[in-house]
Amino acid sequence: MAVVDAEASVEVRDLQKRYGDLEAVRGVTFDVAPGETFGFLGPNGAGKSTTISMLCTLITPTGGQARVAGSDVARDPLGVRRRIGLVFQDPTLDEYLTAYENLRFHAELYRMPKEKVPERIQTVIEMVGLWHRRDDLVRTFSGGMKRRLEIARGLLHSPRVLFLDEPTVGLDPQTRTNIWEYIQALRDRERITIFLTTHYMDEAEYCDRIAIIDNGEIVTLDTPNALKAAIGKDRISMRTDDDDKAKAELAERFDLEATVSSEGLIFQVAGGEEFVPNLFAQIDVPIQAVSIARPTLDDVFMSHTGRTIRDAEASTSERLMNNPMVRARRGR
Amino acid sequence: MSTTAATTTLTTGAIPDIAPVTEHPKGATWIDDLRAARVVWKREILRFRRNRIRIITSLAQPILFLFVLGTGLGTVIKTPGNFKFTTFMFPGVIAMTILFTAIFSAVSIVWDREFGFLREMLVAPVRRGAIMIGKCAGGATVATMQGIIMLVLAGLVHVPYSPVLLVELVALMILTATMLTAFGLFLAARIQEIESFQVVMQLFVLPVFFLAGAVFPIARLPTWLGTLTRFDPLAYAVDPMRRSVFQAVHAPPAVRRQLSPGLSWGHWHLPVWFELGIVVLVSASLLGAAIWQFTRPE
Repeated sequence: MAVVDAEASVEVRDLQKRYGDLEAVRGVTFDVAPGETFGFLGPNGAGKSTTISMLCTLITPTGGQARVAGSDVARDPLGVRRRIGLVFQDPTLDEYLTAYENLRFHAELYRMPKEKVPERIQTVIEMVGLWHRRDDLVRTFSGGMKRRLEIARGLLHSPRVLFLDEPTVGLDPQTRTNIWEYIQALRDRERITIFLTTHYMDEAEYCDRIAIIDNGEIVTLDTPNALKAAIGKDRISMRTDDDDKAKAELAERFDLEATVSSEGLIFQVAGGEEFVPNLFAQIDVPIQAVSIARPTLDDVFMSHTGRTIRDAEASTSERLMNNPMVRARRGR
Repeated sequence: MSTTAATTTLTTGAIPDIAPVTEHPKGATWIDDLRAARVVWKREILRFRRNRIRIITSLAQPILFLFVLGTGLGTVIKTPGNFKFTTFMFPGVIAMTILFTAIFSAVSIVWDREFGFLREMLVAPVRRGAIMIGKCAGGATVATMQGIIMLVLAGLVHVPYSPVLLVELVALMILTATMLTAFGLFLAARIQEIESFQVVMQLFVLPVFFLAGAVFPIARLPTWLGTLTRFDPLAYAVDPMRRSVFQAVHAPPAVRRQLSPGLSWGHWHLPVWFELGIVVLVSASLLGAAIWQFTRPE
């Protein structure tokens, strides 16, 4: 057991996936330690789901290697599958079966020892607070309950690595918070490695380490605090009468590079509060509004990619929609 | 869902230590595959039993065919000694029940895909072939059960409830249902969205039904049509069923010549064992093809 623990839970070397001309993942390399909660962050279409699908042996890589829970994803996919749990962004429950029957089905497919099944089902179903609903058909469950049941099912066969692909997408804020409470409790109680993807910046804060992925490449990888500290600057966004002119003036007078985004003009500067009076004194373009924000992971994303995650999403979906391969796959 | 309930669950009761999954030294063994196939099969049965409306509606169509179409056609078709045309139709209508139930069960894999459950099955540490075999067994069981329900009507079309006949028919139904479910799975492998289901019904299922000789005898058809019917595997399942029924009702030779002369290739009259051989062979090929389609890596 000690030997296993010393090894990385997930070991990825130069992993690639290409669909015809589209390079969905362009060679990513990283390790995830046992017991770690590791976040994969990036806009939709950046390659998060493709990477997670390769790690779960659902799609075959076109290059590089990956080992998950001690097995190579290409050479021993069944070995990987036995030791991982999966929660997808789209529901994968049978709505015409009860919660209990869904879990029983899973237990059989994952060949759990028969005598341990009832106890283990009770454990996981109680953990997500659904024991009183165990004999109800899943179709009567709310979105949040279904997601909780899926998390319980992902844990049922005691996996070493739990993959959560956008575990809170499409849920309301209260339910999202709730799901996170479960995930955190899970991390504390089960010795398990959690690998998750998200495109919500605030959720990335729950992770031990984060990799930011954009256009199929990892642009940075560190703890949330280190990533924020590395930026060290405040983020200023402002609306002016003429954003382009203001951008030119910022470059000229303060040597600052600003980005025109959907939120207005955005730039980063150390000591934002002292900077703003200066800004008003020296800039000619009338300013309508200014706001200062302490660095967030969104800023981390922006400082590494030059875009906010929302703008990145807009352009990525455009890029993907223009690609016939992706269009075809979307239809599936 | 209440937040309080959720929080209470979080703070009470320690989660026991995780028992490590018992691991097999090598990949999946055939016993594991069998276990996977069995649970997939069980799910089909569970869903079938729970859906009473589906059971009733899928019996409505064959009953309509048998009593309305059958009686209607009976008034214009001259049979020696006033042999009931509905008796002729009975095995065909059983085949029809099985056909539609089996195809519907098999194509439910497209629904599984649409609603995500297929993914739960495909990511499990079992060979995909096991899942397809389970799905096929499940669909075949459900279709056979629907066929058995139809047997209840035998008395109304002057077919005796003789134990020998019933055993023969159930055995033939199992073979037919397996072949048709495999056929459905083979078609389903190519369907990516639910909308295409209609196309499958029109282009594949209805032709298979009409060419099988379920509603009219295919012995004295014009050559072009007769030749087509010989390419319909369902014809080789309907014929043995009809022979069994005609045996049981002691149909006079003249009636047999007209309504149940058996199938022939040229001048060769096919024996029942040969017809069943075709059914088994076609079942195995279609199931193999369906498994192959589903196990191709993406």
